[in-house]
Order: sequence, then structure tokens, then C-alpha cells
Amino acid sequence: MSGIPHDHYEPKTGAEKWLHSRLPVVGLMYDTIMIPTPKNLNWMWIWGIVLTFCLVLQIVTGIILVMHYTPHVDLAFASIEHIMRNVNGGHFIRYLHMNGASLFFFAVYLHIFRGLYYGSYKAPREITWIIGMLIYLCMMGTAFMGYVLPWGQMSFWGATVITGLFGAIPFIGEGIQTWLLGGPAVDNATLNRFFSLHYLLPFVIAALVAVHIWAFHTTGNNNPTGVDVRRASKAEAEKDTLPFWPYFVIKDLFALAVIMVIFFAVVGFMPNYLGHPDNYIEANALATPAHIVPEWYFLPFYAILRAFTGEVWVVQLASWITGGIVDAKFFGVLAMFGAIAVMALVPWLDTSSVRSGRYRPMFKWWFALLCIDFVVLMWLGARPAEEPYATYSLIASAYWFAYFLVILPLLGVIEKPTAQPETIEDDFKAHYGKAETPAE
Amino acid sequence: MMKKLSIAAVTALTLSAGGALAAGAEGHVHDVDFSFEGPFGKFDQNQLQRGLQIYTEVCSACHGLRYVPLRTLSDEGGPHLPDDQMRAYAEQNFEVFDPELDDTRPARPTDHFPMSNLENAPDLSLMAKARAGFHGPEGTGLNQLFKGMGGPEYIVSLLTGYTGEEKEEAGVTLYENTAFPGGWISMAPPLVGEDVEFADGHSNELHHESEDVAAFLMWTAEPKLMARKHAGLTGVLFLTLLSVLLYLTNKRIWAPVKGKGHKAG
Repeated sequence: MSGIPHDHYEPKTGAEKWLHSRLPVVGLMYDTIMIPTPKNLNWMWIWGIVLTFCLVLQIVTGIILVMHYTPHVDLAFASIEHIMRNVNGGHFIRYLHMNGASLFFFAVYLHIFRGLYYGSYKAPREITWIIGMLIYLCMMGTAFMGYVLPWGQMSFWGATVITGLFGAIPFIGEGIQTWLLGGPAVDNATLNRFFSLHYLLPFVIAALVAVHIWAFHTTGNNNPTGVDVRRASKAEAEKDTLPFWPYFVIKDLFALAVIMVIFFAVVGFMPNYLGHPDNYIEANALATPAHIVPEWYFLPFYAILRAFTGEVWVVQLASWITGGIVDAKFFGVLAMFGAIAVMALVPWLDTSSVRSGRYRPMFKWWFALLCIDFVVLMWLGARPAEEPYATYSLIASAYWFAYFLVILPLLGVIEKPTAQPETIEDDFKAHYGKAETPAE
Repeated sequence: MMKKLSIAAVTALTLSAGGALAAGAEGHVHDVDFSFEGPFGKFDQNQLQRGLQIYTEVCSACHGLRYVPLRTLSDEGGPHLPDDQMRAYAEQNFEVFDPELDDTRPARPTDHFPMSNLENAPDLSLMAKARAGFHGPEGTGLNQLFKGMGGPEYIVSLLTGYTGEEKEEAGVTLYENTAFPGGWISMAPPLVGEDVEFADGHSNELHHESEDVAAFLMWTAEPKLMARKHAGLTGVLFLTLLSVLLYLTNKRIWAPVKGKGHKAG
């Protein structure tokens, strides 16, 4: 698939030509920033910029925090208090970093669900989607390890519970868990390696983001209609698109500024609302908190993890078939990772030839239900593991899998899509009424 | 559809955040109006000084404040003691062990408050942030969005929550308390009212004392609270201005394309 035809950078002065023939970096930047972008993109296409900003924010604030942080079990907690009390502006930088993680996940969930609704994962954008899922996995790893660093009670016990998941793998689990922790339990070795990886992974994410952008700059952006940009000629392509600069840069920056207003209000006025009070108590291996609860952004998958108890017939069946190798704990772990895996495989599970959910009358409702399901799972993840929440969790988890494994494949066959616009230009005109075609 | 999705996401975030704090057998925490609540809230300097006095005369017998440097008592946005008073306070109240002298000496401004004297008495430096109240309704945590996290309220509720009932369990006396999770606490009622005399003649009834010491502990937990709110407010104002400018820029840029205002050309 060739890119959308558009003007390329032409070096004009002698110096430009000199550089361009040796390293076409200006040309690369020009092509990136001037990429033809479907002109009908709506406000759900702003999250990419927000996410890029989050990554930069986290790296910058993180590097400053590292200058004052001490990764040692006896000193980590006190060094955070040192940042909060003695480092100039340290309290604000730390709260930016803490809440920056929440903004990062907030934006990524909206970004993912936008992709799920408008079919951004469908051919030819499968690679973009898969890279995106890898970024999401790296984000989860980074966030989890970052939460351990303050060495509070939730840090310690969260690390104990989550690394314990690997211990549930039959035969090799305990070995893997010990290897991850660097010892039999969460201790100084664990803290040190988590610190090291927490610093490393954001740069892996940055590299993946570059590939993510490269991939969708090759295929072109999806858009709310899911209809392809016409690319027979440059003139035709220009009817469907506008250059990224300035149209979308300014639009995205406006959206980012509005989000920043809310973000600064959270950081300034209620920086601990999204956190957990127990993490202001130093880690203590002898005192287990009454409730070990992950951060809000892990709750939906935590709910799925806990949903499959030994009383569920599917678990009993799996256990019977495998001769007890797959027990309830391991089944829960498989379900949790499976919930992300089915999402990653959605390009091949969705059989509909229509990209955008806008033209899929039945899909719309199932998708709305999936969104509600996600919110309900998030709420359930924070509830105690008892009735009626256990049953609710099971139903909500079942729907998550049913959506990807049953509903999406079937819908493509039984659903009658409504009429899609011929071109992006038509969609844009329908929206803005009497718009004239810009002079060519 | 996507608008609904955004709303749902915001709801999910608020719900689950509070939900994460939900717990089973919680004690009762009642709401108290503190001067430092809300975006414009400020610490009441006099209240912090009264709280410091209560801590020094009562709480410090058992509880430490190990993360709080004594010098910060004269910081702006805190009790803001005059420099000489802070030095005198450190010297007169606390002795620290100095490894260089191999002996104890009176505390200096650069020293921290001491650690707890009793093994079972938790350090109070961060107590106001390590506890919370108002998790409802239904564990959604929405109350905290409007009333604050509830740490200082928890402290007030605990200090005023003794019913007078006692029981002995495994040789330990437990005191019934309506705010403490589980209902029974091993700390004897630390304040009963009229425990301290304030120089300015301020009321020393139990609930006033409790509020004063809770406010002081909020300061020890979050000494930069006022600076933070100020920075947050500045950020919000400037970013709002930036948003307006970018909105207008965006509108202008898109006008020819959308066929509004200026014609293309």
C-alpha cells in the first residue's frame, strides 16, 4: 500500500541541498508533520497527542525524581518524603508524575475504545493495532513497577500479589516468581530491579510509539466513516484530507490544553484522590493491609482475575480435563492475560467488512454494552471478593470474552450495515452543509 | 456514541478511584470543616500552632514525627514560628543522639522530630494522608470528591470517638471507639478536654483540641499544601487562557475549510 500522494520536501538553498543529500532529516520531519490527514476526524482523534504528551511528561518528571530518589528498602520511603519536603518544587513534580500515570491510562483507554468503535484495527492497520497493544502492555509493566518504588504498604503488597500470579503457572511458576523477585519474597533485590526496569521501559515505549506512528503514517489515519482516502491522484487526495500542520496540530493542542486544565486542577487540588492512603504507610512485611487493591487502571483486569473461582463450572471443567494442572488460580491468570489477548486479536476476530461502527446498527449496541461492561468491571475490581460481587464479576468477565470471541465474529455475518458515504469529502460536506470546495 | 464513551470513562475513573478505597468494617468518620479544604483553602497559622502545642504536651509522649524537620516549623505555609522561637522549641523539647559526640545533645533546627517512644505507637508524620473517610455511597468514593480524602476528619473522629467502654483481651486493655476500624483500639483516650492551656485563651474543649491537632497533622503530612494549591491555581488559570487562545486560533484556521466566516481563497 502506497502512501497518500502529497507534496514532498524540496531543498531549496545550497545548505539545505547539502544536508538533504547526506541526511534527509528535514525531509523526514516535513513529511511527518505535513502528512495528509482525513479532514473529518472528530474529537476522539486527539488522544494520540495527549498520550505523546503524557510519555514526555512522565519521562521528564521521572528523570528529575530519580535525582533525589534512593532505591533501597530502608531509604526509599524516606527519600520520597525528602522529595515532598526538601526538594525545590519536588512535591509538585512528584504529584505530576503520580497523576500523570492516571492521565496516561485514562487517555489510552479512550484511545483504545475509539479504535474499537471506528474499526481502526481493521486491515490495513493491524500492525498499528498490535504495536499499540505492545505499548499498552509496556505501560502496564511500567506503571506497576513505578507504583512499587515509593515502598509503601500498597507498593509492597501489590508487588507480592502480582508477582504471585506468575507463581500460579504450573511446574515452572515458582521458579519464575523467584527469578522475577530476585529472591524468595519481595525485598531489596526486587526494588532495585523494578527501579531499573521502570527507568528502561519508557524508552522502549518511546521506540514503539515511533513504530506505531510510522505504521499509521504508512496506511494513513482511519477516520469516523472508515472510508478510505482517495489516493488516485494528489488533487483527489486533497479533497479528502488536510495537512496535519496546522489544522490538526492546533486542534489537538487546543484539546490538550483543555485536558491540562483539568489535570492541573487534580494535581493542585486533590492529588491523592486517585491514590491509596495505605501507600503513605511504609512497607511492612509483617502487616497485611485489610484490602489489597491495585490502582484504578488495573481494576477491570483485576476483576477478571478474581472472577474465576473454584466454584465456576468452566474452571472445574478445565481442572478436570487437565488433570488438575489448571487450578482456579492459574485459570484466573490465564483469563486476565486472555482478556488482553482477545483485544489484541480483534483484527482477525471481527469479520465485518465495514470499518466504522457508525454504519453498523447492531454492533453499536454491543459496543455500548462493552463500554458499560468495562466500567462495571472497574468498579467490581475494587469491591471485596464476596457475593454478590463475585457473580457480577463473572457475568461481566463472560461478556468481555463473548464480545470478542462470539459477538464480533457473528455480527459480520448476520448484520446488515447501513449506507456509508462515498467519500470522506461527502461526509465532511454533509456535516458542514454549504461548504464550498476549497479553491485548488 | 464517542461522547457517551468519554462521559462513561470519566464516571468510571471517579467511581473506581473511590472504590479502591472502599473497605468492609469501617468506623464512622464525620465531616469537619477545615480551613485548608477546597482549591482556595489555607492553613490557619494559629490553629497549627495550637496543634503543635497539643502534640508537644500530649501526643509526643508516645508518637513521633520522624519525617518532619524541626526547621520547617518556621516555614511559610506552616505554623510559621519566628526563627528564635523555633530554635528554642527544638532545644527545649527534644534531645537527640549525636554519633560525633557519642552523646545526646539538645535538638537543632536541622534535626527531625524524634521517632515514636513506644513501639506500638505509629509515627504521625503522614497519618493525615494515610487514613481516609467518606468512601460512600456504595464504595464509589464520590463523597471524597466533595469533602476531601477525610484523613484529618478521621483523626478528629477517632479522638472524639471514645464511648468510655473498656475490655481486656490477652492482657491488653482495649477501648471502644466509634471511628476505629473494628471498634476497639489499644490507645487510651489521649484527650479528654482541657488538656492544654492556650496562651491566647482559645477554647480547649475536646472537639476544638481534636480539630487543632488534626490540622497540625495535616500540615506535617502535607507541608507544601498551600504552595501546591497556589501552583495548581496558577496552572489552571494560565492553561484556561491558553485554551481560549488555541480555541480561537483553531476556529480561525478551520473557518475557510468549513465554509464559515472567511471564504476560501
